[in-house]
Parts: sequence; C-alpha cells; structure tokens
Amino acid sequence: MSRIVFSLTLAATALSAGLAFAQAPDQADEIIRGRYQAILGDCSACHTAPGAKPLSGGLPLETPFGQIIPPNITPDKATGIGNWTEADFRNALKNGIGNDGKRLYPAMPYPAYTRMTDRDIGNLWSYLRTVDPVFNPVESNQLPFPFNIRLSMMGWNMLNFTPGEFQPDPSKSAEWNRGAYIVQGPGHCGTCHSPKTALGADKTSQALDGASLQGWYAPNITGNNYIGIGGWSEDEIVQYLKTGTNAHTIASGPMAEAIQASTSLMADADVHAIATYLKSTEGGPTQKPQPIPASDARMKVGAAIYHDTCSACHGGDGKGASQLFPALAGSSIVQQPSAETLTRLVLQGSQAVHTPAAKTTPAMPSLGWKLSDEQVAAVLTYVRNSWGNAAPSVGASDIGAQR
Amino acid sequence: MESHCLKRPTRRQFLSSVAFTILAGAAAPVMARSISGSLPWEARSADPPVQVKPGGWLFFTLEEAQTMEAVADRLVPADDLSLGGKDAGCVLYLDRQLVGSYGTSSRLYTKGPFMPGLPTQGYQAPDTPAQRYRAGIAALNAFTRETKGGKRFAELGPADQDAILKDLEAGKITLPNKVDAKSFFNLMLANVMEGFFADPIYGGNKDMASWKMLGFPGARYDYRDHVSKHNQPYPLPPVSIAGSTEWMTR
Amino acid sequence: MTTILPRKDAVIVGLGWTGAILAHELTEDGLDVVAIERGPWRDTATDFNIGYAQDELRYGIRRDLFLQPVVEAMTMRNSTSQTALPMRDYGSFLPGNGVGGAGVHWNGHTWRFWDSDFQIADHLRDRYGAARIQDLQLQNWGVTGAELEKSFDRFEYLAGISGKAGNINGQIQEGGNPFEDPRSRDYPLPPLQMTYAPTLFAEVTKSLNLHPFPTPAANLSKDYINPLGIAMGQCTMCGFCERFGCANYSKSSAQTTILPVLMKKKNFEVRTESEVLHVDLDASKKHARGVTYVSTSGEEFFQPADIVLLCAYGLHNVRLMMLSGIGEIYDPNTGEGTVGRNYCYQTNASAQVFFDDKNFNPFVAAGALGQTVDDFNGDAFDHGPLDFVGGAGINCIPSNGRPIQTRPTPPGTPRWGSDWKKATVKSYKSTLGFSSQGSSYPTRGNYLDLDPTYTDRFGRPLLRFTFDFPDNDIRMSNWVSDRMEEIAKAFGGRQYTNTRRKKGWDSVPYQSTHNTGGAIMGTDPKTSAVNKYLQSWDVANVFVIGASAFAHNAGKNPTGTVGALAYHAADAIRQQYLRNPGQPLVSA
Repeated sequence: MSRIVFSLTLAATALSAGLAFAQAPDQADEIIRGRYQAILGDCSACHTAPGAKPLSGGLPLETPFGQIIPPNITPDKATGIGNWTEADFRNALKNGIGNDGKRLYPAMPYPAYTRMTDRDIGNLWSYLRTVDPVFNPVESNQLPFPFNIRLSMMGWNMLNFTPGEFQPDPSKSAEWNRGAYIVQGPGHCGTCHSPKTALGADKTSQALDGASLQGWYAPNITGNNYIGIGGWSEDEIVQYLKTGTNAHTIASGPMAEAIQASTSLMADADVHAIATYLKSTEGGPTQKPQPIPASDARMKVGAAIYHDTCSACHGGDGKGASQLFPALAGSSIVQQPSAETLTRLVLQGSQAVHTPAAKTTPAMPSLGWKLSDEQVAAVLTYVRNSWGNAAPSVGASDIGAQR
Repeated sequence: MESHCLKRPTRRQFLSSVAFTILAGAAAPVMARSISGSLPWEARSADPPVQVKPGGWLFFTLEEAQTMEAVADRLVPADDLSLGGKDAGCVLYLDRQLVGSYGTSSRLYTKGPFMPGLPTQGYQAPDTPAQRYRAGIAALNAFTRETKGGKRFAELGPADQDAILKDLEAGKITLPNKVDAKSFFNLMLANVMEGFFADPIYGGNKDMASWKMLGFPGARYDYRDHVSKHNQPYPLPPVSIAGSTEWMTR
Repeated sequence: MTTILPRKDAVIVGLGWTGAILAHELTEDGLDVVAIERGPWRDTATDFNIGYAQDELRYGIRRDLFLQPVVEAMTMRNSTSQTALPMRDYGSFLPGNGVGGAGVHWNGHTWRFWDSDFQIADHLRDRYGAARIQDLQLQNWGVTGAELEKSFDRFEYLAGISGKAGNINGQIQEGGNPFEDPRSRDYPLPPLQMTYAPTLFAEVTKSLNLHPFPTPAANLSKDYINPLGIAMGQCTMCGFCERFGCANYSKSSAQTTILPVLMKKKNFEVRTESEVLHVDLDASKKHARGVTYVSTSGEEFFQPADIVLLCAYGLHNVRLMMLSGIGEIYDPNTGEGTVGRNYCYQTNASAQVFFDDKNFNPFVAAGALGQTVDDFNGDAFDHGPLDFVGGAGINCIPSNGRPIQTRPTPPGTPRWGSDWKKATVKSYKSTLGFSSQGSSYPTRGNYLDLDPTYTDRFGRPLLRFTFDFPDNDIRMSNWVSDRMEEIAKAFGGRQYTNTRRKKGWDSVPYQSTHNTGGAIMGTDPKTSAVNKYLQSWDVANVFVIGASAFAHNAGKNPTGTVGALAYHAADAIRQQYLRNPGQPLVSA
C-alpha cells in the first residue's frame, strides 16, 4: 500500500473530495479526523518553524526557566517519532512521558491533552503517521541546571498535574460540553490564558483569567463583563475565532497565529461550542474601578498624544473601523490588568491575521522610535481610562522591558 | 548624525513568516528579495527621520556659516510675525543637508557629457549643491570685500545686505570665479525656505515658529472634526513629527 | 554570467496598479505568475508609518517614494532642432518607484475617458470636418466607451471611489457630471464631505450656469470593503496625499485594494529591487522568451515565461519595448514605426483668488477632495465657431496646505524679506486656487525615442522626449483660461491671478505626471503599437498595459482609464488568449 502523504500547510481546502485513498475508507476517515485534531490542538504552532517542513521541529520557546525547542514529530525514524508506537504517543499526551521514558516539560501542554478522548488521540496518531518524514535533529532540552534534569518533572507533575480524560457535565448541554472539552483539552486555551504558578503550572482556580506570556498578555477570556468576553455575543466570539476580527478587536501576537492555524479552520459547530462554554465561565474582577480623571496630568499628556498620533485610525471616539482598526472604547483587551500587550503593540507594532473572511491584514505601525517610555505610559493610561474605559494607570517603568 | 533625508538607511530585514530569499549579494545594502505567501511585516520596522541636533558645523566653515546666517536673517527677517532665519535654525538645517545625499546630488543624474542647456532643460552644470555653496559663499564674500571696504557679507548692515541680495536675485551682480549670481541666490532662497518651513526635526523651524506664524497645524493626520466648519479657524496648535510641548511628561 | 530561472506562465514587469490587477486576474485562472519590480517592497504600516508619513521635506521635496534620476533619468528637448539633455532631477513630472508604483503617491482623481475620446478621430471628423484636425495625429483607440464600461466599473469598485454619478444608463442624475457617458450604476461610495473652497467654487460656477459636481475620489468618504474582501478606512483629510503614501488605508492603491489577497496566493511571487533590462525575443522577433533582469547587487537573471506583461510606468514600458526590439521605433520624418508615437502630456493652467475675509484652512484637504466643472472638457461643448479641438476640466481641488510648497502670494509680492512674510501670512489661509486640466493631442513631431548620447547605470540609452505643447492645445487652454477668468471674477475676491499656458514645455516646474502614449492602442499595426486588447502587434505574447496605450490624452487624470484598460486586457487574456496562446487576438 502506498503511503498517503498529507501536507499540513492548511490551505483550507476540503480534504474529503478528490483524494484517492488506497487505504480502507475507515482509515481514511480516521486520518481526516486526526488531521482535524491537529488543527484543534494547533500542533504546528510549536512544532513547525516558519518556512520549515510541517511538524519537523519548531522555533525555541522561551520559558521562565530557559529555552525549550519543540521536537520533530514527523515519522522520521532517526530524528522524529518514527520509532514510536501508538502506546508511546498516548503516554506522551496523557501522562507527559516520552517513548524513552523521560518526562516531557509542560511547555508541551499534556496537562491539557490528557483531557482528550482515546479516540481523538488515536486519530491524531493515525494522521501523524501520514505526515512527510523529515530528517531534522532537534536538541529539545536546552534548559539550564536544575531544570535540565528531566527527573525533576516527576516532582512537578506530582504537584501540578492531574491526568485523566475530560468528564462531561451531564447538567449542561452537549454544546457546552463540547466547548469545555475543546477549551480544556485539545485547544489547550489555558496554556496561554490561565495564570501560572511559580512553577509554571496553570492556576486551575483562575482558569482563563488572563496571563503574561512571552511578552504578551493573554487576556481574560471568561464571561466576565468587564475584562473578559462577557460583552461579546456568541456570534462575535465565533466571528473573532473564525476571522481574527470582530466589532470589538483585532487579534494580534500569538492569538493571531492561533487563529490562522487553528481556530479559523475549526468546524463552525465547534467554534460555537467554544463560545457557549467561554460565555458561561467566570473569573477575574467584575467591578470596574473609577477611571482616572481626565484632569490627571498623565491623562492630559496621553490625550494630546492620542489625538495627534492615534485618532486618525482609532478615531477620536476610540471606535476604530471594522476589520481595519480595532476599537479601543469598551475594549476588554484594553482594560486588562496588565498593559503588556498594549505596550508591545505601541512599541513594536503588530500585523493582523489573514483569514479567508478577513483578508485585509492591516498592521499597527511601530511607534517605539517616536514615543518615550513616559509618553507610551501616558497614552496607554489615556486609552485605558477614556470613553468609559477604566483600568489601572501604566507606569513608565513598565515600558522599557518591551523595547 | 545624518538626518533621514540625507541617506537611505539599510533596509529592514524581513524574516518572520515570509518566504524570504536573498537572491544575491549578501553585502549589498538593499537586497533583491523574493516575496510570496504573505504580506511581509516585522515588529519594530520603521524608517523614521533622525532628529538634527545643534552643535558644530559638519559642512560649513565658521565663516561660511556666519555668511549663511546673515543671508538667512535677511531672507527671513526677525519681526513681530516670527523669529529670523538664523535663530530658526535654517543654517543648521542647511549644514546637515549639505553633508548628505542632497549636498552631493547622489540621487540625481550626474553623468556627462555636461553641456549648457536651454532654460526648459533645467540645471545642467556638474556642480553639486555642496560645491555651489562652497564656491558661492566664497564669491559673495570676495565681492563684498572688494566693493564694501574689505568687509565680509556678515559684517555689513541689514540695508547693505538687502541691497546685495536684491542685486543677486536680479542678476545685476557679477560674482567672481564664474559663480552665477542669480542661480546661487535661488539656491539659497529655496534651501532657507525649506529649512524655515520643514518639520523642526530637520534642524530649522525652531519651535514650529513658521507653522505657528501661518496657522499650519503640522504633522497632524485627522481633520474630520473640522472639515465642515467652513471659514472657521482651526483650534489646535501645530505638532511636529517629534511631538509638541503638550506631549511633555514633566 | 546570467542565471536561468525556472519558467513561469507569466512574468509581469512592475508591480503597481496595472501589475497588481493583471497578477490578481491571471492567478485566478491558475497561472503561475512572477512580478519583477525595480523598487522596494512597500507596506502601509512600515513605509507610510503614521508617525512620520506627514513629512513634507522627505516626501514632498526630496521625493523619497519616487524614482530617483540616478536610477533612471530621461532626456528632453522641445523640438528636433534642439539637442536633448538629461533632466538631471525630475521636475515637470515625477515617476513612481517600488511596489504600488505611482499609485502609492497619487492624489486619487479617478475619471472615465469618454466614448468621444476612444473614437476621437471619427467623432471630430464627423462633427467638424477633416480640415479641423489635419495638424493633429488623432486616432481611434479601437474600443468604445460602452465596451469599457464594465471594466471602469470594476476598477471603481475595487478602489472604493467616492463620487456622484451624473448619468446612470442614460438617466441624468442631479448633482453628478451631466457630461459623462452612461454608467451602469453609481459610485461605490458617496462624495467626500466638501471643504470650504470647493463649496464656494460650486456656488459660483452654478451661478454662471455651469455644472459643478464632486470630483470622483480614491480618497474614501466612508469605511469600505471591496469586492476582493479588503477593508479600507475613511479618509481623514490629512492633506498629505500626492507625493505621500497613505498611513491609514484610506487612499486606494495596490497596497490597500489588491496586495493582501494577491500576496497570499501560492501561484504568485514578486521579486523586488530587481530591474528588467529587456524582454528577450526569439530569432523570429515575433515571440518573447522571457525577460532579463538584474538584482540590486548586480547579478543578472533570465526569467523564461510564456507571457510577458509590461506593467511598468507608461514611459518605462515604451523604453523597454525600444530596448528589446519589440516593434519599430517611430520616426517623425517618415511617420513610420509605432513605438514612441503619439506621446502626449497635459495642458494645464491655473487661477487664484485672494480674499480678505475668508479662511479656507488649506491643510484640511485630500488629494481629490474638490469640485469639477466639465462644461468645457473634451467635446462637451460645440467647437464649431472655435479654432481648436479638445478642452479642459476645471477643478477646484485644494489638495494641501503644506508650507514648503503651498504659500500663495498676490502678484507683486517679493520672494523674501518682511513684506514677503506679511503677504504670506495674510494669503496662506485666504486664497482659493483652481485650475484647468486640458487635453493633449498628438502631433507628428511630439514623440519618444532613445537618446543617442546619454545612458543609464547599465549603459542603456535613456528615453528621449521631443515635446512641446501643440498650437491647437495652446489655443484650447487659452480659451478655457478666458472661462476661468470669468469664474475668478465672479468670486468677488480682492484680486485674482490667471496663469496661462504658453509654448515651450519647461521640464523644471512640476506640472503633471500624466505622460501618455508611446505604445498606443489602435486598429492598424502601421499606426499603433498594440491592438485593442493591449497586445503587441509585433510580438503576440507581449501585452503592454498602462497609459502608454493612450492614443491621446484627455482633460482628465489617467488612472481610472488605466485601471479599466488593465481589466479589459486581463479579460481578453483570460477569455481569449489563453485558449489559443501565442496568437494575435486581432488579425493585422
């Protein structure tokens, strides 16, 4: 039997038609379902370096503990997972243990993947066997002592890791349960959006409350009306995940990548399920503070900078323009406890994501050359406390690290 | 030290998510690129002008600078409308322009043969602006030394200076060393006005003096609030690329 | 040493408006397309960064976004009796450079030429007799206005043009241009909000029984999503349009209307900083094999391709044809040869009215925000008793108040000193300007060829202009200036100026970058370089897209018609040429 070779370049083409399957139809279905699992899990985000062959190993991930390089997970026997068995693979996803018995670092989100069903993992495995094998040696472990001792992960796991498949809540709808499954399991949303303990584990009590990550602030995505997505309708959540933009915001940074490679390619029903589930969650402060008064010196400076520099796109009223300039007024992203993402956008700029339904790919220009730390802090304080927004002020000392 | 207009800085590198191929020549300042698959973009990519800072002359000698300051102060005299061309920084502006691509004509077509042309064919001499200032200022001072009792242009009174500038403008003066008086005057006039009205980031137009004088709001980008307010003064003060006093945090 | 690259279905020279349109259309049919662009990649957020895009010195005066003469200059003379010399700096016109081309830094006036333009020779001969046009080399374009209507419409909807229709399917529309040809539907967006000066101009011209209407603008009056799914923003009237890139996605260009979609296509690639030296022909000279280009670092490449599309600036298209031996270079003595024939320009004049009591806030402006009167344009009026043909649009489109260049002063004001300053301050906000943009009709003696003396950085001859305003056009412009004087008087200002067009084209002061012709379309291979589909008569797999195809220039900005011709050619390639590649679409 000849090997079926898929490409993970995700051209969003329908896979079911036009492909001559040499294998049994059942297995073909399994592979197609597995490919979809790879989309839900966004494997390529970490395991494919820009411009490289799919899943042949990624760019280094910066963790608070050091650098980890996502390994080659193509079926190459020498440098990938060609020698693994399906049992090895399950062990990795469910228990965080590699086929050599070594423990994985939780940068690999096995604490989330452990919630996946056996069938989904099996399908994913079937799919991964069909990917082009690529010879690409990756030395994953580049952590400094003592984190480079994988045995230490055993202790980490004892403290932070609860293995086990997702358990549906029978009191909720099937759609809610499907959403919860994707968010907690393959979608591993908490990996970015949940605050971390000092050891880098998700704080489960504050799941999806928002967290700092690689120079971005992954915002609160609970149903919180103030800083979460409580103010978004389900359809608006769906629109955001499918297109990267909606009336409230435009995706940037790692979320833009996740939308391009994962959520925009998810089935509509699944994205709706995610929206249903997220809307039902709660977390973070719900009480909006008093905004900083416009008479505040920082606000005055911020207002001048905003109207001279920002209003031509975001509007004097902070309302932005559809698909082009994100609204700042009423934006939960703007009012997160941390201004890390905003700081980064102003200093470095950002390019929106291209999706089939939102093709414009506009970009925020870099203004780091123009504004001092004090000026960035002032203009961010202004946008966080204008047009009904209210959020803590931003200090100049918070800016420099992002330059 | 060079401001942007003087030289094109090395292009940003584009790597990120774009299929990026250097077709040839790794040492070239501007690379031939192949782009496909997505719109190139990279964080921190910007090619802004660099603020000109006073302090020393990069092109002019002290005597040349003094001559040009005197000229700038007559072309744009200090009065109740604005400060004068010297205090506005017009010569600082000019000095920095002359050490860059403008001064050396590096963007222009400078291949020979050089032939005298018709007026409709534009400037045809091989001399660059830098060379023209060097020769022109020397000729101007030689002329005043000869005709004004050994004094340099800057040492003359305003009335004498104005009279000489008017004669230069009208081509009534023959300058030594075959310097074309009219053409040199026009060059000085154009450059002093550039310095006076350009963004202050280039060294002239100190404190946006000329913009305040005209009521030009400067580097603003959004007048939607005012478009239908016909015949009404625009309320906001000017702003530079480098900001305004309202941006000062302390 | 030339590196031979893998073959492509189509190679496009230049990635501006026409290159991007053709690339988008041909890739839709699955063709593997590469564009080769001399200048750099340009992107809104990076290269038109809102933090410094509004820099008059850098972009307006030093012209950072334009073609620099050191890269390619051109030579000029007013007649064959003179020796052409290089324009060592560009002045009268300013060619673009880089991805997006001149479409990056245009003002955005977006017109449709009229059917009476496309069939000009027949039309004028029928109406006024052959004798009236005997000094002119007027020719039909080979297409009709009706044939191009859907292509105009596509370009206007691509670009999100703001305007008011004057004639929808033959029904005259109140407030639009009553002289335009019938269009199938209104513009995609309503007109821009008017500033004060054009509002006053509309009042005054109406009082003179003329028909002012909002100038069709590629500065967007509202947010817009074009048929390709690309979003654009509302113009903020910043006053930094012509010579500048738009920082907030509100001026139409390849960047804001096509590239986000085009660049995602797997069957498209652009190579920037790469200059095409020539099109390579086979031994028969009837078939193009591809193009040879050189990268910035000096390496030479041969790009084989089945179709070659010249989509550079019109003048560069003409020069590339000459350098490649596509067709025969025009000879004004014999009238033979077609490449370089019927070069035309624009015949402009201007007027200013100085007021004591008005504030026009000239900096509140967009490139095409204004009002136009077409009563004296083209053949909208009877030329029977007159001694010329052609006409001019009269435009009040105050596009900026940038002070290095825009400082009107009344006649008699010194150029410097205290009196200059007083007059400048007094006039800066209180002066209203308007201008005529006149037709330019071809003559036997106005043409383009290769300069015998001056060469570019690769040693190739520069393009040579031999041009002066034809007597007919001067008479036309002066007659229109008389009408402008009537308008200027009617404003009732303190004083006015009326600057008339004179013989002796001067290459120094800026006039217009509407250089047309040189590779004109037509019905006869003896008098035109390309057929009605912009396909070379001589080399059937070469198409030449741009204002180079205009058989004459009308009293209108060319971009709308260039965009329509690009779609017209693209349709012909997709629907006809690809079925029978390598064959002429019109038999000679």
